[in-house]
Amino acid sequence: MTTATIAGSQVELNDEGFFEDPEQWTEDMVPELAANEDIHELDDKHWQVIRFMRQEYFAHGTGPTVRALGKTSGVSVKELYQLFPKGPAKIAARIAGIPKPKGCI
Amino acid sequence: MTENVVILGGGTGGTLTANRLRKQFSRGELAITVVDQDRAHVYQPGLLFLPFGLAHGEDLIRPRHRQLKKGIDFVESDIDRVDVDGHRVLLAGGQELPYDVLVIATGARLVPDETDGLTGPGWMEKVFTFYDLPGATGLEQALRDFEGGRLVVNVVDMPIKCPVAPLEFCFLADWYFHERGIRDRVQLTLVTPLDAAFTKPRAASMLGGMLEDKGVELVTEFNTGEVDGAAGKLVGFDEREVPFDLAVVIPVHSGAAYVGRSPGLGDALDFVETDPHTLQSKVAPEIFAIGDAANLPASKAGSVSHFEGEVLVENITRFLRGEPLDASFDGHANCFIETGFDKALLIDFNYEQEPVEGHYPGPVGLPLLKESRLNHLGKLMFQWFYWHSLLPGRDIPGVGADMPRAGKHIDRAPRSAPK
Repeated sequence: MTTATIAGSQVELNDEGFFEDPEQWTEDMVPELAANEDIHELDDKHWQVIRFMRQEYFAHGTGPTVRALGKTSGVSVKELYQLFPKGPAKIAARIAGIPKPKGCI
Repeated sequence: MTENVVILGGGTGGTLTANRLRKQFSRGELAITVVDQDRAHVYQPGLLFLPFGLAHGEDLIRPRHRQLKKGIDFVESDIDRVDVDGHRVLLAGGQELPYDVLVIATGARLVPDETDGLTGPGWMEKVFTFYDLPGATGLEQALRDFEGGRLVVNVVDMPIKCPVAPLEFCFLADWYFHERGIRDRVQLTLVTPLDAAFTKPRAASMLGGMLEDKGVELVTEFNTGEVDGAAGKLVGFDEREVPFDLAVVIPVHSGAAYVGRSPGLGDALDFVETDPHTLQSKVAPEIFAIGDAANLPASKAGSVSHFEGEVLVENITRFLRGEPLDASFDGHANCFIETGFDKALLIDFNYEQEPVEGHYPGPVGLPLLKESRLNHLGKLMFQWFYWHSLLPGRDIPGVGADMPRAGKHIDRAPRSAPK
């Protein structure tokens, strides 16, 4: 676990860069978190996915997988990869301040 | 008063649940109805062996109703939907089945159409799956005709049934082409969305090493966007490409289609949200789920259904008596992993404990996470246990529902962190 300063606030991240406590996340951290993932311009679709990830996390205790995102977020899997080229579920979860989605067993 | 239990699905979980319940309750107490869309119960672990000529299709199939004890009704029908609020199942023909307890045991289904191109040009010619009987049968011929080139095994996305099967396929393919004397002309590649050969770190590193030893290339974190059969290539969403002459693809899985048609019953992938310890659904207290149909963080494997059976029947009993449920299912899974040349590995794990070395079911027993001939014989013998012990709902001597800790070298391995 490491402590990082994002948008002037201290947050706890695990070894893979996911938030330990999603409650520490605020919307004003998003541009900096996104920049850390090489995403420098955020459009409405990015925000739609980020907000959806948090909503799903608080409803179900885990963020959705890419496939579930494609079916429920209103953004297709193809578009999701254009928005978050290095892996939508993982990257969007990091930016949305939620733990790594429990996709694979 | 007679209460009604309706079990949707006459596969591993549905059959063993029905049989265990029939032993527990008299016909006066409980009417048990099993519904399935067809009559053929397939021994799914056998599908792995079929493409290599090590099993024959007809030997893997038995009639579903013959696996059910006397006093269990079997209905062959498609399911239209479940009316959760009305406590009834609507069958495709218009028939209605009211229930006091509903068990969802319809497993997972393959959805090849969800991947661009997968069922397009080349499907069942140079692109196959071995996850169903027609695919495994077609692949047997394709392997026999294969004289060399790139053979790619591709897992499109998780979750899949039996997550070790794609690895086993690679190991057996290595053996098969050795036997045919053309191994040096075949390039084997496993392409997976995972970041390693398997989901659990310790087994992943062991299995990854075995792939390397056998000369199987491993491509990780590959998210298949398209299978281009005409051009002979997999195309990733990140635009990486993997060329093939023959592709063995494990399509994405969903729950049964009627789950999606039943408002409130399933999640985005049509699996039923289920309590991981009681097996009661989160949809309604009188709905339970077993096996692949549930969204549990456990492997989708027959052994999991087997271990779930005991807790499920206990909890259905408690529910009918109005007692609190038993939250004791621990996610126990147990899998033989065929590694070729008449050897196999065994892994045994649960929600918290990842597979480690040692012996199963106790300090004296089958070696864990280690290749041996004994495990290969265990894997072959298991088919007998499946029909004669597991489906009838008998306990296998020495094999309990809870994962045994004795015999495992647990202190040497960290507990797997929740993902």
